[in-house]
Amino acid sequence: MSKPNPNYKGSFWEHLAKWLRGEYDPVKGRLETKAVAKKTAGKEEMQSFDQSIQKIGKYDMRMFEEGIDRQVGRYRVVYRILSVVTVVFLISLLLWTVSYMPNFGDPNAPTNNEVSQRYIEKGMEEMGTVNIVTGMILGYRAFDTFGETCVLFVASCCVLFLLRVDREDDPQSAAVEEMNDRHFEPRNDTILQKVANFLVPLILIFGIYVVLNGHLSPGGGFSGGAIMASGAILYLTAYGFKKTHRFLNEKVVDAMKAGALILYSFAITYFLYTGANQLHSIFGPGTPGNILSAGLIVFLNIFVGVEVACTMYTFYTLFRRGGI
Amino acid sequence: MEFVQNFPFICIILSMFSAIVSFILPGKAAKYLHIGMVTAVLVLSAGTLAYVAGTGESYTFMMGQFPAPWGNEIRVGVLEALMAVIFCIIMLLSVFGGIAHVEREIQRSRKNLFYILLDLLLASLLALIYTNDLFTAYVFIEINTIAACGLIIVKKEARTYVSAIRYMVMSLVGSGLFLIGLSLLYGITGHLLMTPAKEALEKIIAQGTYHVPLVVIMVLVVIGLGIKSGMYLFHTWIPDTYGYTTPTCSAILSSLVSKSYIFLMIKIFFRVVGFDSIISSHLVNIIFVLGLIGMIMGSVAAIKENDIRRMTAFSSVAQIGYIYMGIGLGTTAGVVAALFHIIVHGITKSQLFISIAGLSDVSDGKQDFHSLKGAGFRCKIAGAAYTAASLSMVGMPFFSGFVSKYLFASSAMTAGSGRLIAAWIVLGVSTILNTVYFMRTVITIYTPVDEEMRKVHGISPSKTEQAAMAAMILLNVVVGVASTPIIRALESGLAMFG
Repeated sequence: MSKPNPNYKGSFWEHLAKWLRGEYDPVKGRLETKAVAKKTAGKEEMQSFDQSIQKIGKYDMRMFEEGIDRQVGRYRVVYRILSVVTVVFLISLLLWTVSYMPNFGDPNAPTNNEVSQRYIEKGMEEMGTVNIVTGMILGYRAFDTFGETCVLFVASCCVLFLLRVDREDDPQSAAVEEMNDRHFEPRNDTILQKVANFLVPLILIFGIYVVLNGHLSPGGGFSGGAIMASGAILYLTAYGFKKTHRFLNEKVVDAMKAGALILYSFAITYFLYTGANQLHSIFGPGTPGNILSAGLIVFLNIFVGVEVACTMYTFYTLFRRGGI
Repeated sequence: MEFVQNFPFICIILSMFSAIVSFILPGKAAKYLHIGMVTAVLVLSAGTLAYVAGTGESYTFMMGQFPAPWGNEIRVGVLEALMAVIFCIIMLLSVFGGIAHVEREIQRSRKNLFYILLDLLLASLLALIYTNDLFTAYVFIEINTIAACGLIIVKKEARTYVSAIRYMVMSLVGSGLFLIGLSLLYGITGHLLMTPAKEALEKIIAQGTYHVPLVVIMVLVVIGLGIKSGMYLFHTWIPDTYGYTTPTCSAILSSLVSKSYIFLMIKIFFRVVGFDSIISSHLVNIIFVLGLIGMIMGSVAAIKENDIRRMTAFSSVAQIGYIYMGIGLGTTAGVVAALFHIIVHGITKSQLFISIAGLSDVSDGKQDFHSLKGAGFRCKIAGAAYTAASLSMVGMPFFSGFVSKYLFASSAMTAGSGRLIAAWIVLGVSTILNTVYFMRTVITIYTPVDEEMRKVHGISPSKTEQAAMAAMILLNVVVGVASTPIIRALESGLAMFG
């Protein structure tokens, strides 16, 4: 009889032998869905939670009552009829006007003039962009786009103003938000995590691709930024705030956003200043088709992309629990 | 090209840049940055004004690397530079006049956001003043609208949320109509810049094609901007919006935000559609009638009000009616009067809102007439500022309001006799109504009260706020006494416009 293997106990072979004998079930305790051990809130915590819900209810009620003006109440029916009449009138007015407008796609329409002709025919040569739309919004009309980015910025500031919960100054509402978040969001969902593991890198890389190729192919800062933000949001949904904070906390997001915007405004100032004063710009159009061409437009796309991504991500976290 | 010509561009970029930098600054630094930025913009705008007045010619500035029909453009003339200077002064005084309220009413962590909103608001005002591009105007209207909504909700109360939602809905309807008008205009002209669009429109008008779309475009633009500026019929958002937020924001919203839209409307009239075709389309008649009704109805609503801030807000409806009445006269003199009233109303209304804040502060923060009895004794400077502003609104000589009433009355003579009679009668009636509600308030705040009631109940305005009120009185009197150069500048600026 051979010597017993000292490592036999607990090894694969022992499990196999046991399984053959019917003493061991390898999937037992692994396949069943286990009830997640819910954190039972203490009595005080529950009370404060209830109170906060009541407070919000009362607040809503008060806002509702204050919103109803006495006069509005009296004329409610009249207002409804009038609003329908106004909207129908507006629709018919606009339809009637459109029938007088030039036909869609008419080659002799006033919109087919020297402006669009130059955008289409000379866009690539002057701006170095294969994608004409990018050449138009970040080259010919760069100032409008800077304004548009500021629209996003001011909107994000307003949302921050409304929804941000100060964790140091107001710990109670921070705790309530935390509780709400725990109630409504999935926690450690394995399927979601596995899918996120696979998808998040792809989404991020695709977003970066769309941003960097904004001057060569359809896309650009706005669309690419939204794609990158969706990747970050998917990761956050799958793994929760604690894990996301290792690389994406409030400081990082704010720094990226402010940095992108500051660089953007420097770049746009240089672009506009040299243009208006007929100075030589060191950023020429380059060779159309190269990744490093189209002068400043590549960088502008990157700044817009980072700004859009950060803003979208901030919106998501603000609506979810009042802060990153 | 001279370096001075870059100043308007630097002003716009500077205000946007300081908004962006304020995002990572603490509240206090953002405040100092804002004050410094507005002062710098004021100095630069004054430089621009001096330069343009010196050369006597307007110039266009290429915002980008490509000239007019392809790239963005701003245009600088005497009128634009003067408006920029006045708007900066009002902004600065309004911020100083409510600085202690901002400290009290806005949470510490949100102060930098408040100053970001103010910075971007100034950027959008400047861009709306200077722009020579219709789409740039639309982009900055968006910034203006969102920043204005943000300024209403800075004081976190239920009422401000309701009024912000109401303002947002009305304002977005206005933006939407304006945008539809803009798209139709692009459809028939093929241009977004004002100068080429005007050339194309002149051809269209001469040929007589696209008559219907042109009328609809004008109506949409007027109604869209009318809603946003609080023209009568679309004024319902005004009292809530101005009535409850922090005083700085009330002052800025009433005296700058609504005026920038009126200025844009005048600009579109003169630089895109052509004022003659506005007159021949009879659109001025509608503007004129709405202005007249607004002058009366706004004052009547103000008389019925029992809350001093809401009363002042309804008075804005009447004053905006004056401005539209001036435009509706259909003469250049009428437009000059309207432009002058934009300045006068901006100065006076911000003064009213700031002084009301001072008066209600010393009356336990209450705003109804009963609590305000004798408030003029409790805070002398706020009482004086309120009285001066009321006298100016009523049209007392030596205050700015007198000059604009005089201009309205004299410019009505350049219009037809029907308009002359209507304008004079309504001016007279409206002045009486103005006197009724403003003098009632002045009498209320100077009602003799006993010794106990003469003491401050609540918080006295800070030194900075008192200084701002004094500066506002001074500014009002200066504009009232030395109005001739301003009127000259407006006339020459309007002549450069066409």
